[in-house]
Amino acid sequence: MYTQGLLHAKDDDRAAPEPADRLARFQARIDAEEKIEPNDWMPEAYRRTLVRMISQHAHSEIVGMLPEGNWLTRAPSLRRKAALLAKVQDEGGHGLYLYAAAETLGVSREELMEQLLLGKAKYSSIFNYPTLSWADIGAIGWLVDGAAIMNQIPLCRCSYGPYARAMIRICKEESFHQRQGFEIMLTLARGTSEQKAMAQDALDRWWWPSLMMFGPSDTQSQHSDASLRWKIKRFSNDELRQKFVDATVPQGRFLGLAFPDADLRYDEAAGHWRFGAIDWAEFRAVLAGNGPCNRQRLAQRSAADERGRWVRAAATAHAEKRRARAAE
Amino acid sequence: MSERAMPLWEVFIRSRNGLAHKHVGSVHAADAAMALQAARDVYTRRGEGLSLWVVPSSAITASDPAEKDMMFEPTGSKIYRHPTFYKVPDDVGNM
Ligand SMILES: [Fe+2]
Ligand SMILES: [Fe+2]
Repeated sequence: MYTQGLLHAKDDDRAAPEPADRLARFQARIDAEEKIEPNDWMPEAYRRTLVRMISQHAHSEIVGMLPEGNWLTRAPSLRRKAALLAKVQDEGGHGLYLYAAAETLGVSREELMEQLLLGKAKYSSIFNYPTLSWADIGAIGWLVDGAAIMNQIPLCRCSYGPYARAMIRICKEESFHQRQGFEIMLTLARGTSEQKAMAQDALDRWWWPSLMMFGPSDTQSQHSDASLRWKIKRFSNDELRQKFVDATVPQGRFLGLAFPDADLRYDEAAGHWRFGAIDWAEFRAVLAGNGPCNRQRLAQRSAADERGRWVRAAATAHAEKRRARAAE
Repeated sequence: MSERAMPLWEVFIRSRNGLAHKHVGSVHAADAAMALQAARDVYTRRGEGLSLWVVPSSAITASDPAEKDMMFEPTGSKIYRHPTFYKVPDDVGNM
């Protein structure tokens, strides 16, 4: 989801023409719900779409560790700290599963990481918002991981085998993330009036950015068609967004909190919660690098990469020395 | 970014005794000991296994999916390799 259905197809889509019979056979395999595996023949556009999607997803997991990492040393209790640490560690693991899945398509993790650090790669817009209070950790688990789950469950059936398998592992681990976030929100919502106000403030700030996580509306998104036809995605951005709203609004009402949307109302006939207009200008600004924390996130990521450089160099030198000794 | 790429390792986990090790994914690491550490951290955070193998990815020889027909088709016609090919009268009982 973290892929946001962006998948900018800026690079050249006019590679060498692919034989129509091969394309037809490929589509027939997809239609028959066969999984595509790394060394199978695949259209170049399928491969490129997956590389973009999986790497955006991987970057999002890794950058997503930063806003939550911000509260690790200030968690209100040891129980909360242990849970948050485990969650952040999971997100690191998710990033690694996904980079490994992307590598099966012929790109290296180093290349992908380089694109991220150079600011050429996208990651989910949500992680460019700041975590100002402890309640934000609750809101992220409940809403951001909740939105991620909504997007990721259908990806477990993605036509590309390695991505689908990574998603199955990830989905198993996500549900604790959402539950620990909701528990934080519930504790605050039932606490003192200041604590309840903190929870409300977090919901006010995270609600709209969470809805934006599903990416541009179907009328705007240029990539949905091919992704759906290839069964990379199973639902459109708007369908997933609606599912998320329908699942989440009752939870927010249970918390006794108000959603920051005057137009939110239940459509009895359709059985859906209807929500107000999303501020797509804000979404585009954040994607373009002008969210509240874009520069800080990339700077933190670059610093981590830089500080780890000597460790990687030392590990490689050590391995080489031992290999040389063994060969003597 | 002229850093050397870390070698790739395939990770296999035995989830419990009596079961075979199963491929779960891969990690990058400078050597086998570090690959084992990384595999433990990345793939066994919730008691997924009792035993871990890491194998250099470059050590794996794989069949070519494009040749899967040539490789595996011949067994398709050898139905006499399956028990259901043979007729045993019902009176004989389970066999
Ligand atoms: Fe995750
Ligand atoms: Fe998560």
